[in-house]
Amino acid sequence: MTIGDVYFGLCSSLCVLGALSTVIARNPIRGAMGLLLTIVGIAGLFIQLQAQFLAAIQVIVYAGAVVVLFVFAIMLLGTDAVDRGGEVKSSVARAIGGASIAFGVMAALVLIGPKVAEHPTRFSKVAADHGSVSAMGSLLFTRAIVPFELATALLVVAVVGAIALARPSWARKVAPSVSHATRRLFAGPVVPKDVANHSAGDHR
Amino acid sequence: MIGISQIAEHYVELAGLLFAIGAIGFLVRRNVLIQLMSIELMLNAVNLVLVAFNRVHGDTMDGQMFAFFVIAVAAAEVAVGLAIVLGFFRLRNSVHSDDADTMRH
Repeated sequence: MTIGDVYFGLCSSLCVLGALSTVIARNPIRGAMGLLLTIVGIAGLFIQLQAQFLAAIQVIVYAGAVVVLFVFAIMLLGTDAVDRGGEVKSSVARAIGGASIAFGVMAALVLIGPKVAEHPTRFSKVAADHGSVSAMGSLLFTRAIVPFELATALLVVAVVGAIALARPSWARKVAPSVSHATRRLFAGPVVPKDVANHSAGDHR
Repeated sequence: MIGISQIAEHYVELAGLLFAIGAIGFLVRRNVLIQLMSIELMLNAVNLVLVAFNRVHGDTMDGQMFAFFVIAVAAAEVAVGLAIVLGFFRLRNSVHSDDADTMRH
């Protein structure tokens, strides 16, 4: 047992505990806190896997933005977001689906376990700056420049779409046109198509 | 004897466990918010696998690059997903996925 093994055990138990509390939680706020626990645990594992940049991004984007967004949404919904008593019962098909996934993963873990003990896949030697901010940044702006720019477009579209979806219907009415009094502040017509109205006179 | 934290399969097993928990949560729970959180769990598990295998093939950083873009897409997905949840709540006054049956009737 080395320090790294203890660290791995700590982070992985943090991940599993958080994931379980996310799925089990009746109150979504508890679920969001469980998700936060999982995210922090995975960020810790990223550090051990020589991915410092991704660990920082994980904490900033997930813990700082995604979880906070979840908490905001839960606070907007209020107490209606909490599961009420008798409505947590699930259908048979869903229960069978969940149980088969759980069984499949257990079987895979049991089958893989002995082989891992015989032929473990070891980590390779990596450069000192593997996963550092400067290495990832220079890669982002050279090899991965096209997906990087596409990701910016995706984020802009997502923001516009989220605003369009989240606006209540009463906010969607057309903007009021400029009043006549406002127009009279200007000497001439505000827009070219007003020339006819302007010459017709303002005595309406 | 090498440490358990230096073997890639352990990370893959942990990620498989997290992915299974997320998938079960998505299937069994009816609260849309919890279902969205379960999707996030699954995406995080995939990220962990990508970074772990990147550590095995240490001469490139493509796995970490993939994980970076997965995080970006997940952020966009959460923004739109929560907006849909708010719109759904405004429409049906509920956050239960069973109530999203307008198209069925």
